[in-house]
Amino acid sequence: MTVIIDTGCANLASVRFAFERLGAPAHISADADTILSAERVILPGVGSAQAAMVQLEQRGLLPVLPRIEQPLLGICLGMQLLGERSDEGNTTLPGLLPFTTERLKVGDQPLPHMGWNTLEPVDHPLFAGIRKGDYVYFVHSYGVACSDLTLARCDYGQPFSASVGRGNIMGVQFHPERSGAVGARILKNFLEIPA
Amino acid sequence: MLAKRIIPCLDVKDGQVVKGVQFRNHEIVGDIVPLAARYAAEGADELVFYDITASADGRTVEKSWVARVAEQLDIPFCVAGGIKTIEDAQAILADGADKISVNSPALADPNLINRLNDRFGRQCVVVGVDSWFDADSGRYRVKQFTGSEAATRDTGRETLDWIQEVIRRGAGEIVLNVMNQDGVRQGYDIAQLSAVRDVCSVPLIASGGAGAPEHFRDVFQQARVDGALAASVFHKGIIPIPQLKAYLLQQDVVVRP
Repeated sequence: MTVIIDTGCANLASVRFAFERLGAPAHISADADTILSAERVILPGVGSAQAAMVQLEQRGLLPVLPRIEQPLLGICLGMQLLGERSDEGNTTLPGLLPFTTERLKVGDQPLPHMGWNTLEPVDHPLFAGIRKGDYVYFVHSYGVACSDLTLARCDYGQPFSASVGRGNIMGVQFHPERSGAVGARILKNFLEIPA
Repeated sequence: MLAKRIIPCLDVKDGQVVKGVQFRNHEIVGDIVPLAARYAAEGADELVFYDITASADGRTVEKSWVARVAEQLDIPFCVAGGIKTIEDAQAILADGADKISVNSPALADPNLINRLNDRFGRQCVVVGVDSWFDADSGRYRVKQFTGSEAATRDTGRETLDWIQEVIRRGAGEIVLNVMNQDGVRQGYDIAQLSAVRDVCSVPLIASGGAGAPEHFRDVFQQARVDGALAASVFHKGIIPIPQLKAYLLQQDVVVRP
């Protein structure tokens, strides 16, 4: 069973519906034992980094995150929460992966970066069958620079990580649950990564 | 590269999709969920649902259809109409909507935008603006309560000032509905949208006036908007979305194929 961590954020239902559409129902929970005994774990998130950290702390989830050994996928803000620090509110984060989140530098283009943009994936099981130039849906003002953790790149004024990962820990900056057939394929790929 | 968005707008009244001309004479177009699923399958990039009766009637509308849409749909969608409080917004977002849009309640209580931004983040907060070119003064003006013709009135606000204020307060996206053009399919108001684009640092969506594929090309290329919203041309099958996108790609407008 896949467990979606109940972060109290707004897109929990959308993420759950996306797994139902794949015929793989997921369970929403904030219970440490349920999360740690899941086959796979999703960390969803929308809103601000500070607000999300308050929610995680209130639910007693901060000590749980580093103990997750199953495949873990952070979505949108959930990806940023995997890192060490965010410029948004100068927030210290759990640090499951060594990266920081900074405000996107986009020149005179509109911010938030909102809409469908193209992926440039590396060879990784999460992006099996996904081609360079495939579109996914983004909504964010902060982002993660490209590094050796980057699993897919995107460009909006500057290149940034559309996805990061190492070992069992993965994250996507875009919303696979709202990215049509491409997003569904990425979620399906996640379900097929050996637990 | 970030694609320009094609956004069918579904005006909802009593749980069904309707369409009127210049906010009058609403006719039923169809049921919400099948229509939403059809547009997603045809390549719509996002959907907007406007409950057009809500604010004028002074009630919060029953929105059980939001969860049914969220279950089916794998593209983003926004819900507008009668959202006056954090609790109203919370319920709609919890049911699976990606964004909520406020219009009249934000004019009555501009601080609502700050509160929505604080609670849900800028990316969830869309502000709809109904704007009107006042030929007497040569200014763009904001109207309110447009769900019902009898209740429509001038707000005393100028469009460009209001746009800048709502962005300062935390709006993450603006939908500019140009009332002179709505439902008459003579093209988007390029002059007004360009003027708004110049003061709008967040994504800007054009609404009102689409009648032909060229209108979409012009509003993307000339007014530099991020998305174009339309209703009747899609509901009546005048412009099928796949053909529209093929045309825009041919015209060097970046869209998701």
